[in-house]
Amino acid sequence: MNRMIIVAALALATVLPAAAQDKMQLRIGTEGAYPPFNYFDSAGNLVGFDIDIAKALCDEMNAECTFVTQDWDGIIPALLANKFDAIIASMSMTPARDEIVDFTDKYYNTPPAIAVPKDSSLADASPESMADIILGAQSSTTHANYAEKFFPDTELRRYGTPEEYKLDLQSGRIDAAIDDSTVLSTWVNSEDGACCKILEVLKNDPIIHGPGAGIAVREEDTELKEKFNTAIAAIRANGVYKQINDKHFDIDVYGD
Amino acid sequence: MTEYLPPILAEYGDDLLDGFLVTIQLVGMSVAFGAIIGMGVAAARMSPRWWLKAFAWFYIGLFRGTPLLAQLFLIYYGLGQFSGLWRTLGLWNFLRDPFNCALLAFSLNTAAYQAEIFRGAILAVPEGQWEGARALGVGRRVAFMRVILPQAALLALRPFGNEIVLMIKGSAVASVVTVYDLLGETRLAYSDTFRFDVYFYAAALYLVLVETLRRLWDIFERRLTRHLDRERKEAVVDPAGQPVMS
Repeated sequence: MNRMIIVAALALATVLPAAAQDKMQLRIGTEGAYPPFNYFDSAGNLVGFDIDIAKALCDEMNAECTFVTQDWDGIIPALLANKFDAIIASMSMTPARDEIVDFTDKYYNTPPAIAVPKDSSLADASPESMADIILGAQSSTTHANYAEKFFPDTELRRYGTPEEYKLDLQSGRIDAAIDDSTVLSTWVNSEDGACCKILEVLKNDPIIHGPGAGIAVREEDTELKEKFNTAIAAIRANGVYKQINDKHFDIDVYGD
Repeated sequence: MTEYLPPILAEYGDDLLDGFLVTIQLVGMSVAFGAIIGMGVAAARMSPRWWLKAFAWFYIGLFRGTPLLAQLFLIYYGLGQFSGLWRTLGLWNFLRDPFNCALLAFSLNTAAYQAEIFRGAILAVPEGQWEGARALGVGRRVAFMRVILPQAALLALRPFGNEIVLMIKGSAVASVVTVYDLLGETRLAYSDTFRFDVYFYAAALYLVLVETLRRLWDIFERRLTRHLDRERKEAVVDPAGQPVMS
């Protein structure tokens, strides 16, 4: 019964002309487990580069945004199931994902890297040196796909979140981990990641990584996509992007 | 061959089968180890020694009272925190491997449930059976093996089968420690393709597994209850040429 009332109220709300020309309501989906891009700080607040960018874009679009966190491997299905309206979660715009959802222009692009324990005997990240070791990656990511393609002789372990491969890298269950270079360097420079170092920063593979990280929307939401694109261009131009970039990183993550 | 398959099976069928084998291996081994540990725990639970009883009570409470996922997490990531200690003890080679950790967690978990199944079945055999055996001058040990156990086995059979079915489905949590069982592989295939039908094929494989088990259990039950089977008994003619009375 209650649900009926809510449904009726919602239907009415959409039929009535937006009386006071309310702000556009947007639900942003993110993972919340990918520091430094999107994660929960010790006080339980959702923070990170993606979150700040999302807030800046919402301000720019004059939209009121709420955040929804969702496990990574179900994040695209959740978008398609209308659990939220856009994904701002450091999602690489891969050709495979592009078939299912629509992407905005990129909002950053950083290369992948390999992290190893400080006492690792690995000399470099060539497929030959990496053969016969155990490599950890987050499952359903471009990094796992990259490892499958470029390190075919390496045993790949797939983890649900970066937190878990970090634990296993510390304990020595895996010999190396692959992820975004900013994610790994932030970690190894923190107290948490004192065990480990960056072995090598790799090159982006255009087929696997696509043109960088973008915002995913449902294919029919072209208007929303255009709004995001205009907003990205605007915060790039007015210096807000640089502010956010400098708050989180000492390099320029936008790429060229 | 592959061109007759639905495209998703042509691409991910091998992965699903790999996962299916991992599920069978993991459940088969952990149920077997669990049965051995479980018998020990059941014996301890029924022991007259208070400290054995207390230990079994604590063990069963701990493993039945907490989620399997939490146990798996603690055994894998929790014990992993002390890798230095395990290295010196020589246990790291075992604990380093995710499959071993999953096997350990699942065996300890199912052992607690199985212990209760075994204990329940043994206690459910009427006291008179013990008394009857004693009246005939049969020792306790022989009475247990030849009188009590066959009857208890019949009582434990179905709950034991249920426990295996629950383990088959419960084993899906193994993918949190990078052991990709059937459901884990399915999720990977799904997040690559975003096609729901892959879950349908996984469900079909689970059904096949559970149905096979159910039919096997029917056979076991017929075998254990053959002394109760009227029709079969009447078919057996006794040496005097008269049907055996039941």
